[in-house]
Amino acid sequence: MTHNQETETAAMNMSSSQFVQDQLNASEPRSNEMKTRVIAKDVNVFYGAKQALFDVSVNVPDKAVIAFIGPSGCGKSTFLRCLNRMNDTIEGCRVEGEIRLDGQDVYDPKIDVVELRARVGMVFQKPNPFPKSIFENVAYGPKIHGLASNKTELEEIVVTSLKKAGLFEEVKDRLREPGTGLSGGQQQRLCIARAIAVSPEVILMDEPCSALDPIATAKIEELIDELRANFTIAIVTHSMQQAARVSQRTAFFHLGVLVEEGPTEQIFTAPSDKRTQDYVTGRFG
Amino acid sequence: MNSLTIAALLLVFLGLAYQQGWSLSRRLATPQGSLHSRPVYHGSLVAIWTLAPALLVLALWALFGSTASRAFIIANLPAEIVDQGGPALQSAIQRVRQIASGFGVAGDAQPYEAAAGQALRQFQVITSATVLAAITAFAAVSLYFARRRVAPELRARNEVERLVSYLLLACSAVAVLTTLGIVLSLVFEAARFFTFVSPVDFFFGTVWNPRFSTTGSGSGEYGLLPLLWGTVMVAAIAMFVALPIGLMTAIYLSQYARPRVRNVVKPVIEILAGIPTIVYGFFALVTVGPFLASAGAAVGIDIRATSALTAGIVMGIMIIPFISSLSDDILRQVPRAMIDGSIGLGATRSETIKRVVLPAALPGIVGAFLLAVSRAIGETMIVVLAAGNSPFLRANPGEPISTVTVTIVNQLTGDQDFASPQSLVAFALGLTLFVMTLFLNMAALYIVRRFREQYE
Repeated sequence: MTHNQETETAAMNMSSSQFVQDQLNASEPRSNEMKTRVIAKDVNVFYGAKQALFDVSVNVPDKAVIAFIGPSGCGKSTFLRCLNRMNDTIEGCRVEGEIRLDGQDVYDPKIDVVELRARVGMVFQKPNPFPKSIFENVAYGPKIHGLASNKTELEEIVVTSLKKAGLFEEVKDRLREPGTGLSGGQQQRLCIARAIAVSPEVILMDEPCSALDPIATAKIEELIDELRANFTIAIVTHSMQQAARVSQRTAFFHLGVLVEEGPTEQIFTAPSDKRTQDYVTGRFG
Repeated sequence: MNSLTIAALLLVFLGLAYQQGWSLSRRLATPQGSLHSRPVYHGSLVAIWTLAPALLVLALWALFGSTASRAFIIANLPAEIVDQGGPALQSAIQRVRQIASGFGVAGDAQPYEAAAGQALRQFQVITSATVLAAITAFAAVSLYFARRRVAPELRARNEVERLVSYLLLACSAVAVLTTLGIVLSLVFEAARFFTFVSPVDFFFGTVWNPRFSTTGSGSGEYGLLPLLWGTVMVAAIAMFVALPIGLMTAIYLSQYARPRVRNVVKPVIEILAGIPTIVYGFFALVTVGPFLASAGAAVGIDIRATSALTAGIVMGIMIIPFISSLSDDILRQVPRAMIDGSIGLGATRSETIKRVVLPAALPGIVGAFLLAVSRAIGETMIVVLAAGNSPFLRANPGEPISTVTVTIVNQLTGDQDFASPQSLVAFALGLTLFVMTLFLNMAALYIVRRFREQYE
């Protein structure tokens, strides 16, 4: 993305921020400025009897990065995991409310969860490559979804994904070696390549840099910025600097409630809620 | 000998020494500032130092006492009895011991036996008094020296720690030495067997026909192969039953079952492992065997009620909990993050299990499998009852067979002369079995350990 475009987007964000806020308050999101990809409305999540999220409504904009920030246990990861129904794998977890991906209800009983997760990829907190070769790690998704009809196509997908994840140059000579032998940062980029390989529309990242050193983190952040051109990205992060660096929009969670959501610049410079202000200025959390 | 007296004596010294160390250190504490260690440790240290020499004396006596009394008896027996040697001397010594203990002997005691018994009795009284005195003396002297060591700066706490580690080392040495002893006794007895039968005939012989030692009709034939074949066949059938069922149970329990189901199913399966193998033997003999025979007859296959198949199937059932429990542990060690990664890419549960969980757990599962095989090879009661005890080389699992373990039981039950090859062969068989299971266990442990290193 060029510098011009970037300022343009920022300007647009600034001018429409109040409008978006109004929309959210009214809980009836319309799609007239930034195209929205995912619409969440009044989402409540329970772990057994304990409620983890309270009436969360967020719009995830298309081809942009939205960051979910907040102190530990505020529900930001829980919300992220609602978007591809990863919470289904947790015993006793119950989700209420409405989440739509391109207008389609994610929690519709008729929906194919497996297909949904192919459309909404996920990168986890700790790099979790499979104990297979680098090639097999990336080829895993295309294989199970039958995306490649022959070996050449599969190789093409793997190479393209590794290139997009900025890992190809580092591993091109050892694609057959185990993915677990890579460094932490490389492993995380391998996991991103693995997610990209199934051509998802949305990529969810759950604190993708929390286990990495600053240099590896910088690489991942750079990568996120590049991926924004083709994918919609939602990232959970503990680091406010990271949110400020990579995201266009930011949502602040506190105690299971979405306190405030808006353009990143506004959240960090002129938040409308006292709690957001306290958090981003480091008064708590 | 009055072991109760010795135990009481040692206990008294234990209490006394502990109390001495404890109170002495407390007295030292007040005027001269603080102690390095709490009085508890001073007490323990004095107690340990007091008892250790006494226990050493006791151990020496236990080791050499019987040798000494044997030498004493021989010295008191007439020369012509001693010269007979062998079993005659052995029984004479036994008779003298019984006379000395006051239990009396069969028949009338010979005058020389009575005299030797009398002498032995005196000898025993003197030695036990000596031992008692020695223990008391050693304990008292070491109590004196241990007490002298008590001082505020004595690092009793650290020293007790070190002594405790020696104690633990000694305990584990017991297990290791016992294993060594078992192996050595097997090796020596097996070596005696190989003086009768050449190892080539034993390991490569195809006929098992040891005859009876009492008929004295030669030494018979000792071919291991029919027994080994039976063992391998039964174990193979058992694994054929146990591996798929056990593994799938483990997959269900570790990946699919809700906690509530798991909490019921897992203990119930483990009850299977607690059933005595003799009960499995009944089950095979009374239920499974006849069922298989009639089922075979219905489809025109001749299956005997006691056969390799019967024993193998029941043994397989016995091993199911073994495999399912081990594999369940291994499958649950596969990191949750890895499973999430696969699910997050849109794989189904079973795709995840097939492509990620099982490959990751494979080394561990192979290890579990090998441990189960060595269990199957060593299993005895089920095959004794249900395999038919027929040591011939037969390929048909519907026919009766015999295994190494069954043969050991046969060769060692009833009236036996332990110098005959018919009995000694049991040790050679036992050694073979031991070496087989040893290698399987070592391979299994090696594989399991390599797997563990991968994730922890």
